[in-house]
Amino acid sequence: MEINMTYVLTSVAIMAGTTYLIRMLPMVIFKKKIRNVFIQSFLYYVPYAVLSAMTFPAIFSSTGSTASAAAGCAAAVLLAYFNRGLLTVAVGASVVAWLVQAAGL
Amino acid sequence: MNRREFTLGLRHGVPICLGYFSVSAAFGMMAVLSGLPLWTAVAISLTNLTSAGQFAGLNLILAGGTYLELVVSMVVINIRYFLMSLSLSQKIDERMGYLKRLCISYGITDEIFAVAVQRPKTVTASYMAGLILLPVVGWTGGTFVGGAVTEALPESVSSALGIALYGMFIAIVIPVARYQKAVLFTVILAVAMSLILTYVPVFSIVSGGWGIILITVLASGAAALLFPVKPEGEAESGQEERQEA
Repeated sequence: MEINMTYVLTSVAIMAGTTYLIRMLPMVIFKKKIRNVFIQSFLYYVPYAVLSAMTFPAIFSSTGSTASAAAGCAAAVLLAYFNRGLLTVAVGASVVAWLVQAAGL
Repeated sequence: MNRREFTLGLRHGVPICLGYFSVSAAFGMMAVLSGLPLWTAVAISLTNLTSAGQFAGLNLILAGGTYLELVVSMVVINIRYFLMSLSLSQKIDERMGYLKRLCISYGITDEIFAVAVQRPKTVTASYMAGLILLPVVGWTGGTFVGGAVTEALPESVSSALGIALYGMFIAIVIPVARYQKAVLFTVILAVAMSLILTYVPVFSIVSGGWGIILITVLASGAAALLFPVKPEGEAESGQEERQEA
């Protein structure tokens, strides 16, 4: 895979700069707290919306085959439903995906 | 530099450091699997110190997204740090100088924020320096180890590991969605919109990065309108701590 390093480095700098500004500005400028319920609520839901949108449907093409990815996904949902930790869920999904791949599916 | 405060911060940072290691190892793996040089992944982790933002940024870079898409994605995904930084700015010593404020701003993540605001006293720069140090080491080191291990793995294993990151996202979302209807609503809405944007040809104009931004704003906005979170308390309780960096 050809990678344009100038593009990658510029992108990394942009990501870092933008993220830093978001963290830095309130610390340096603002003295008052946000009390707006809508904004508080919106921010509360953002992580769940982002993670869900990033996971589906991308997860189905994350391994060597759709069948293994779907099996891994099912394993992850099940493990997460029973409150297993991040690492357990991630490893569980990978192991199931690997087994299904190894079975030739 | 107050030594006692610094040491206390270091001690409070140990569990965060360990938690970060495994998540950032997945980031390192994913970056290397997608063909980025290992040092680039490490540089991203060291300079960004955030999970969802980095993963989204990595996806955008690989898709050849525009710089504007990158900026807007980072703003939407990381805007919660704005609120945390705002909240933390009320907790720190009023006399803290600009240089110190500029330095500790770098380390505001979900967990570091959660630990810092829970302190009963005023938060000092020394405490923050201690609290931030180990998580940064864990986050950056985890990326390196994850990426380095991936380079040495056989193809069949590394391809199965491609799902690890998504497994982790699922592990963050599902337990909360199980108990909170509002979060379940947000998740279902976001997934439905994501499927539509991906598979309905008309929406192919909304490329990857913009699609995620659009979905995030719409799903979170709808949830915020329908299920406003009670001020204080609930919004920043247990579940937030489960979020990584």
